[in-house]
Amino acid sequence: MKMDIEKVARLARLELSEEEKKTFGNQLEQILTHMEQLNQLDTTGVEPTSHAIPVSNVFREDEVKASFPQEEVLAIAPDEEVGHFKVPKIIE
Amino acid sequence: MPIIPPFQYSDYETTMDIHSLTIHQLHDLLVKKKVTSREATEALYRHIREVEEKTKAYLLLTEEEAFRQADQVDRKIAKGEEIGDLAGIPIGLKDILCTKGIQTTCGSKILKGYIPFYDGTVIKKLKEKDTVFLGKLNMDEFAMGSSTENSGFQITHNPWDLERIPGGSSGGSAAAVAADECIAALGTDTGGSIRQPAACCGVVGLKPTYGRVSRYGLVAFASSLDQIGPITKDVKDCAILLNAISGYDPCDSTSVNAEVPDYKQSLKRDIKGIRIGIPEEYFMEGMDPEVEKSVKEAIDSFKKWGAEIQRISLPHTKYAVAIYYIIATAEASSNLARYDGVKYGLRSKGYRDLMEMYTQTRAKGFGKEVKRRIILGTYVLSAGYYEAYYRKASQVRTLIRKDFEEAFQKVDVIVAPTAPTPAFKIGEKTENPLRMYLSDIHTIPVNLAGIPAISIPCGLSHEGLPIGLQIMGKPFDEGMLLRVAYTFEQNTDFHLKRPSLT
Repeated sequence: MKMDIEKVARLARLELSEEEKKTFGNQLEQILTHMEQLNQLDTTGVEPTSHAIPVSNVFREDEVKASFPQEEVLAIAPDEEVGHFKVPKIIE
Repeated sequence: MPIIPPFQYSDYETTMDIHSLTIHQLHDLLVKKKVTSREATEALYRHIREVEEKTKAYLLLTEEEAFRQADQVDRKIAKGEEIGDLAGIPIGLKDILCTKGIQTTCGSKILKGYIPFYDGTVIKKLKEKDTVFLGKLNMDEFAMGSSTENSGFQITHNPWDLERIPGGSSGGSAAAVAADECIAALGTDTGGSIRQPAACCGVVGLKPTYGRVSRYGLVAFASSLDQIGPITKDVKDCAILLNAISGYDPCDSTSVNAEVPDYKQSLKRDIKGIRIGIPEEYFMEGMDPEVEKSVKEAIDSFKKWGAEIQRISLPHTKYAVAIYYIIATAEASSNLARYDGVKYGLRSKGYRDLMEMYTQTRAKGFGKEVKRRIILGTYVLSAGYYEAYYRKASQVRTLIRKDFEEAFQKVDVIVAPTAPTPAFKIGEKTENPLRMYLSDIHTIPVNLAGIPAISIPCGLSHEGLPIGLQIMGKPFDEGMLLRVAYTFEQNTDFHLKRPSLT
């Protein structure tokens, strides 16, 4: 299966160099080929596992609890202003 | 402050330097007031300075904080207060654990300089027990790797042979314990990252049952697989640390509300009647013959000591690596989406718009292996491929889980090698990622099934490299693992061997 590596990189918000696209492309193709052996297995009717040790209905009371102080959180921000994280324009 | 008598070597059977002690040995000295926690901490830092240039296990040393913690414990001892097993004991922390006010990089440039404003639950628990933190230990970036060669900062060297890997991703932790650069350490295990480095470095490493230990404050790689666990010099220390870190945490909705027994009570030298399963799929072609020999000798010893040995089959083992690299990378691609330069960590410069800010930050901040896995993970979750890959892998995961469930109807524990070979040379497998992945075949199934497993040293190769024995158990049956491990350890002397570095 040939991966459209540019499309996937865009989905993953990763910028890859031409060299990286080639090297990763080859390595990933090898890895994906190894995974094709899974097609040998008949898994009809098998429930997928998302939780190895299942727990269910893990709820907590809907109480407001203290979060982290704003100054502490903003202290490590790459760019901030007037108590907000500053980022490039999102909407034109 | 009362005068505390100086540490005297003559009080002990052998001339032991403080740094080579175990948790329980040092605790004994602290309680008897033969040594202070400050002295112990000083001794550790002195030793670190001697060997660090060879091992490069640490990313950060936290002397100020460590001495503050040590002095706090010494004041308690001086006042005659009773202290717990871990009080005043200097340990190292894998740099994937959030420590308030102390840099946490996960071995990645994208988090260089990141200072968490909170402690993870496990860190909080250890602080409550007055543990001393020496520093943060090197690792494969975001826990992705089996050699610690993927660290964004430095390569850690195996203390037994400096040209070899210490294993990964908790390579810094295992190397530091083996080199006596900390009394014990915490690592994390997603596909073998505690057990395999422990095997490579000749120390003890345990991955608890999924949900036994809280993941709050553990930077996530694969949320359905990650667990924090102890890396120690002996099995007793492992039980002590496991006691300290285990337990339900409301901050981690995947942590299980099951009682935590006193794991020290499991330290019995008796395995008579214990049923041990030997899975034929774990003794495959291409395995190092010395590894096979050491493990088979261990199995013979178990038989000699009264255990019942049974051949079992875990038929879906051969699919484990394939499904792990679908599931783990899928979860990782989701978990690592948060590293976008917005709120913390690296933000690249020179971007023209938001999209470039994301793509350039991530391109610059992530190493090759992380990028590779994010791409693979994104692909197997993308539209048109989800069914064929992720869903299929999750179904096969159920089959692997069932293999273990059926086996545990007939046996109490399963014994196998931890890794197919002893530590390989630095650079040996970096060109071929698939080959690196396949070397995790012995450890991966355990994470997929969520069961606990421990690795203990069981031999040395003719080149003097440690060989690890893996013991796997039923969910929440860490006690049984410790019992079998302890019996083996106390009847042999592998745990007393140390590499010679100085």
